[in-house]
Parts: sequence; C-alpha cells; structure tokens
Amino acid sequence: MSTVDTFENALDGLAVETTRLAPEAFEGVLEEVIEKPAVGTLSMESVSLEGTPVATDPTPNQLTESVTGVTGASLGIAEYGSVVLPSTSGGAEPVSLFCDLHVVVVSAEDIVPDMPTAVGTMATTLADGRESAIIATGPSATADMGALVRGAHGPKRVHVLVIEQ
Amino acid sequence: MSTDDKAAHIRRLLDTEGDSVQANTRVFNQGRYAATEDLEDYEELKDRAREIKEEAISRLPELIEELTEAVEENGGHVYLASDAADANRYITEVADDAETLVKSKSMTSEEIDVNEALEATGVDVYETDLGEFVIQVAEESPSHIVGPAIHKSREEIAELFNREFETDEPLETAEELTMFAREYLGERVKEADVGMTGANFLVAESGTMLLVTSEGNARKCAVAPDTHIAVSGVEKVLPNFEDLQPFIELIARSGTGQDLTSYMSLLTPPVSTPTIEFGSDAPLSEADGDRDFHLVLIDNGRMAMREDPELRETLYCIRCGACANVCANFQHVGGHAFGGETYSGGIATGWEAGVHGQESAGEFNDLCTGCSRCVNQCPVKIDIPWINEVVRDRINRGEAPSEFDFLVEGLTPDAEPGGVSLQKRFFGNFGTVAKLGSKTAPVSNWLAELPPSRWAMEKVLQIDRRRDLPKFADETLQEWFLAREGLSPTEADREAVLYPDTYTNYISPERGKAAVRTLESLGVRVLLPDLPESGRAPLSQGMLSTAREQAHETYAGLAEHLDAGRDVIAIEPSDLAMFRGEYEKFLPEASFDRLSAASYEICEYVYGLVTNDPEKTDVLTEGPGRVAYHSHCQQRTMGLGEYTETLLEDLNYDVLTSTVECCGMAGSFGYKEQYYELSMDVGYELEDEFEAAGQRDRTVLASGTSCTDQLDVLLERKPHHPIELIAPDLG
Ligand code: SF4
Repeated sequence: MSTVDTFENALDGLAVETTRLAPEAFEGVLEEVIEKPAVGTLSMESVSLEGTPVATDPTPNQLTESVTGVTGASLGIAEYGSVVLPSTSGGAEPVSLFCDLHVVVVSAEDIVPDMPTAVGTMATTLADGRESAIIATGPSATADMGALVRGAHGPKRVHVLVIEQ
Repeated sequence: MSTDDKAAHIRRLLDTEGDSVQANTRVFNQGRYAATEDLEDYEELKDRAREIKEEAISRLPELIEELTEAVEENGGHVYLASDAADANRYITEVADDAETLVKSKSMTSEEIDVNEALEATGVDVYETDLGEFVIQVAEESPSHIVGPAIHKSREEIAELFNREFETDEPLETAEELTMFAREYLGERVKEADVGMTGANFLVAESGTMLLVTSEGNARKCAVAPDTHIAVSGVEKVLPNFEDLQPFIELIARSGTGQDLTSYMSLLTPPVSTPTIEFGSDAPLSEADGDRDFHLVLIDNGRMAMREDPELRETLYCIRCGACANVCANFQHVGGHAFGGETYSGGIATGWEAGVHGQESAGEFNDLCTGCSRCVNQCPVKIDIPWINEVVRDRINRGEAPSEFDFLVEGLTPDAEPGGVSLQKRFFGNFGTVAKLGSKTAPVSNWLAELPPSRWAMEKVLQIDRRRDLPKFADETLQEWFLAREGLSPTEADREAVLYPDTYTNYISPERGKAAVRTLESLGVRVLLPDLPESGRAPLSQGMLSTAREQAHETYAGLAEHLDAGRDVIAIEPSDLAMFRGEYEKFLPEASFDRLSAASYEICEYVYGLVTNDPEKTDVLTEGPGRVAYHSHCQQRTMGLGEYTETLLEDLNYDVLTSTVECCGMAGSFGYKEQYYELSMDVGYELEDEFEAAGQRDRTVLASGTSCTDQLDVLLERKPHHPIELIAPDLG
C-alpha cells in the first residue's frame, strides 16, 4: 500500500472523509466540501484560498459564527491518519478549533509513514524553531457523558484534502 | 478508618458507584489490551520510555535549569514552587486581576487545590474537561486519574445537569449532555481572562509542552485567553523533543485504549497564535495583544522522592491510569476507595506517600493485593506492587504496637517491630500457623470452627467469619513423601526439587502428590527438602524484613541443589513469582540469576518435558474432557498461563479460560473482614464466566491456592489444580 493509501485508510477508521485531488481541482472540490459560512488560513505553494468563498484573515466574530474552518497541515502521519497543524500568526489554531467542520489541506508529499519520522521532522522544524503544532487525529471527542460523542469542544467533523501533483 | 468503617465505606461504594466504575474501567482495560496487541514494537517502546524517564529523573536539576532558560528565552516565565502553598501564592498573584479562569484537566492542579485558592481570591474557576466539569458541578472528587467522573452514569449526569442548570428541555442522551456542556463552557472560554492547563511532558531543550487531550478544551484554554498558566510537577521534564515519541505512541493506548488521543498539542508558549478579542470585528492579523505565559513547576515532595530509592520510580509515572484499569479491586470500587487525597489506583500509593504523606497512602494501600496484573501494563515498567509493599512496610513501622500482640507473639517469629497489625502478622506468618495447626489437626480444624474461636478470630484478627478456614491435612506432603520410595538416581533422566509451599504441604497435599507422580513418571527424580517459606506471605503484608530473611534462607536451602544442577519446581505461582521476581530485590544478583533461571512452574515444566519428548505424553491422563481453567494472576504476569492451557489442549481437553484479572481472593485479602465483600464482588465475575449456560459441566481447574479457595466458595464444583487432572492414573 502506498503511504497515501495507508493514510486514507487510517482516516477512514477515524470517520474522517478524505478527498485526493490535483491542485487544479482545488477550488471546485473545496466549494463542495465546505459548508458556509467558512473561514480559513492557508499558506501552501500549490493551492490557495484566494477566489474561494472562504474568508481569509477572519475576525473573531467570523471565527465563532462560521461552520467551516480551513487550514493546512505541515505533515500527515499515515499509520495513524493524523495531521500536524502548525500554529501560525494567521490564526490557524483557532480556525482549526472553533468551527464544527474542519477542512485540512495536506500535500501528498508531506505524508510520512509513521510517528518516529514525524517527530524527527518536527524536532528540526517545531522544536528548533520554537514553534507550536497540534497532532490532530480525527474529530474532537469525549466519552465523559456516558457514550462516545464527536465534537466535545472542537470540530465535530473533519475532512482531509490530499493534494497530489 | 476502623475495620468496620472501612467495610461500610467499601460496601456503600460497591452499591452506589461500583457498576459505573466497572463498566468504564472495563472498556479502558479491554481497549488497552486491544490497542497494545496491535502494536508491533510495544515492548521496545516501553523500554525506551523507561530509559528516557530514568535519564530524565537522574538529570532532573540540570534539566529544570535548561527548561527554565528555554521558556524564558521564548518569552515566558517559570516559577519553581516548593509546595502547594507556594504554587498557589504565585498563581493567585498572576491571576490577580482576573474575573474568570478556565482550566483543562490537570491532576497536579488538584494536588495543590488551586481551585480553592483561586476562588478564595475572587476568581471564578471553570473546569472545561467534561468529566471534570461534572465533578465540579456535583462538588465531588475525581474517581480516576484519567476519567474523573467514571463513577457516574449518564442518567446521574443528566439528573445533575437538569437540576443545576434548569435547561428548557430536560437533557437525556450523551449527545445532548455533551452539546449542552460544549455551549455552556464555550461561553466561559470566551469570557475567561486566564487559561490554565497541566502539561503531560515538558521538553527541556525547547520549552515545548505536550498536552494530551481528546476534547479540544486544553487547546482552547491555552489560546483563547491571553494569559496561559501551565501547572506541572517537576518530574514531567524530558531532555529532548525526540524523547516524546515513545510517550506519544504509548500514553493513549495505555490509558483509554485509543491509538492516539484526538489532540496531542505540542505548544512552545507563548504561542504565535494571535490573541483573540471575542466579539470583535477586527481581523485576527490586526490583534495586538501580548501573550503571557507562566510555567509553574511544582516540587511538593518530588525532589525528596527522587532521593528515596524506593519511591523514586513513582516519578517515572506518566499517569495513564492503566494500573487502575487493570486492577480487579479498582474495577469494583473505583478511586473513592482505592485512592488518597488526590491520586487513585495502584501507583497512587507512591504519589500520595510522596506528596501528601504516608497517612494518605495508608487509607487505601491495603487494596493493592500484589496480584501484579498492572506490572506489564505500565508503559514505564514501574514495579507498582513493590511500591505498595514498601509503603505498607513503612506504615506498619510507624504504627503503635497493639495490646493484643502477646496473642500472636508465639505464632509469629517474624523480624518486624511491634506496630504491624495483628491481622498482618497472622497472615504474614501463615507458614508457622499452618505448621502448628497441622501438628494438632484434626483438633485444630475442629477448634477453629467453634463459634467462640471464630468470634475471637474476627475480633482480634479481623478474619471474616463468613469465610471457611483452610483445613489442615492429617498427613503433610512431606510426611507422605518420606514414607515412600521415589526414583533412584540411576532410573532418572534429571533431578528436581519440588518446592513444598505452605499450602501444598499442610493443606492440600493432593496437588503435591500429583506433581510428584507426574514428574517421576516423566523420568524426573524428585527431592522434597525441608525449605523455609518463600517470603511471599510476609511481603504481601508489608513485612519486608521478614520477607527478606525468608528469601535469604530459602536461597541458602536451595543453593546446594542448584550446584548439583537440579531444577526448582513450584506449584504455587506466587512463590515462583518470588523466585523470578521479588528475589531480585532481596538477593545478590548472581544468586537471583541462578535461582530464577532454574525455577519453573509445575505445568510449565511438564510442558517442557513433553515438548522435548512427545512420546512421554502417554503416561499422562489424557482427555477428552471439558475444563474451565482459571490461571493465577502472578502466573499470567509471568506469561506462564499459556503453558497450562496448551498442555491441557495437547492432552485433548477442551479449555475455557477465564478472562477476569483476578479471582478476588488474592492470598489473604479475601479473609480480611474489611475486604470480604469486595473480594466476593470481584469473585462473582469469575463465577459468571464459569457458571454461564453451557459451561457448567466443565471440570474447574485453578493454579493458585487462594483462587482454589475462592472458587470453592463460588461454585458447586470442587476446583482442582491442573496437575491433579493430568497426573498419571494411580492404577
Ligand atoms: S504507574 Fe504506570 S500504569 Fe500506573 S498510571 Fe503511572 S504510568 Fe500508568
């Protein structure tokens, strides 16, 4: 199985939908995947939120009123279906946290096979650069109220877009 | 707590919280087994995690310095608090202007009672972890270090919320309750002036912290308010970022049985996320607030634990809760009985003794029976039973001698000072009791059953009168053995010492006779020397000096046999567990290595013999037959249960193996008046498995003596040791 296949499989097990797409298809797919209103912050080479219905550089009011938050992931971790969400001065952390639906964009080439590889990479990017990130695996969840419920404080649903060149 | 009070407290919890705790811990427990079974390099990950913790704790002072430098370089503050009061003073100063503070779950913050300190200075504190929120609303204390509200059912939570919040529509389902809490706490997060989190790990080189959560509340608490206070014990520091990897892969699996929690936050605060002015229409990029970060590192006894060779290991604990989830006693009563001021479960004894003092540990420490089921489950390989035994020993030493000491004085040639409770001395010296009892059997059997004796035993020794006492055999195994002729050295392929444990020798010689017969028919010359007790009985009562002495004597008695190349065979798994486990703590390394390498459990040994020479199975009693087998807890921890199972299957028996962690008896535990009901409650689970429809015809087998006693009470069928079933026919 290719790394991307493994990743997709793992996400499937977490009840997270995955769409694999070419950069050219991004705008169209994004329109279909998001629920409006949507906010986002994304800095990737291959795709951008410009020209999409996603409001960039949102205000706190937009943030709390939107249904969808779109952010990028610096890494995907195939064996777990995890995405690494860097905290940015553009507010990627709250955008990925406060909306019911989180749409994550990750490049296929940034998907690594396992946790040791991911931690090794983060050691040089995150730790050396004194940055922050979340290893997010599936939607927010709790079992504290007597049964598993998705969407405790964070997103209830997650959709991952894998950009393949 | 008096014995009666303790019994009443446990009874109340069994009735009120037991069902919920049991349901929840079982899900965690089975989850962990499933999640770690799939993990290829589980053992290596645990070894690596252990190594990292050992290094970190040995370098702790320098790592704290390095961490402090890194956090300050990043723009945050570090405060090293000597104790709870010191920490609270600093925290309340930082939160001085705050009206409200939102908190994510942190046991360390519970340890210092920070909520009370903050409330006292006028700050409203909101717990945002949903379990903690329930506890806060109910004004209770956590019953589990990972799942604080596992003692409450959904119905109870709904009732609580409907009463406290007067919602328009009554809440009912888990979904409704969660969404209500999400909304309610979401508002609190937006208003809050300060966010407080714990930290599961801290990285010295970069000042990064790892927060392990699934709800997302810790993320919100860390970034929604401008001020973030993280409260952490000093022991959480690791040298390097890469050291996090084994812990990331182990902590959720060990805790709740998930592969990872939803969010593993790697924050290097103050974070670069812009400050958020909720309700504002100015874009986030224009936010100009400053982020303020305070790391409060708490000593509160930890540096002294580090200097304490026995408690030091506790500092490796990553608080996953596995030792609580796997524990049969914990599964039935939860942390409100099996816990101290803050911490609960097996390792709580170490934490409570270290941070709150021995007295807090003494309240619940006896609930650890030393069954050892937690040992292999701990991701940092802490010898949790040992910590419990050491602290029990220290508590014993601190207690005043009893006025009844003279009653057991003659029975108890132990090496303990006065102060050990009579009940503990009685069980700790059970070998001597048995020797005397056996000499006078059947008179002693008859006497012990007379009502006045049972009354006195309950009164003085707190031995529950509802328990049948073991009956001493008329002829001990050794007497039988000496009166017969065994194999001569020339007839034998090898020689082995059969360890005559107290129970087998005095109470149930049949299993010993079956073992001798089996071994001899397989070409093993058996020796049955007069050997001291292994030390298991005093160890389990926290009588360490006596245990140590017996370990030395037992080794001395076996050394010559080891020199002669003889194997040592134990029938009782708890004695074998001494030879292979605890003796490492009592004997010189070379002695321990020799004995542990040469000792075997009887069925393990027989399995080995017939595997080497399959034709030998012919002498054994083969099936077909249907059996229900309960392996002993320590036997399973040593990985030896499978030998018996496989041996039985190879001999054409259909085997149903129990899945419960423990039978509930756990040596002397079930005899004690204060624990009788808990012991039975645990036992009923095993009863359910063996009494299930379609299983009642099975012959019941158990390897441990106390399991046999318990099964004897629980079932109509009389249990036997597996060796009795497969031993060659007498005919
Ligand atoms: S002692 Fe081990 S198993 Fe128990 S909570 Fe700590 S890390 Fe987990």
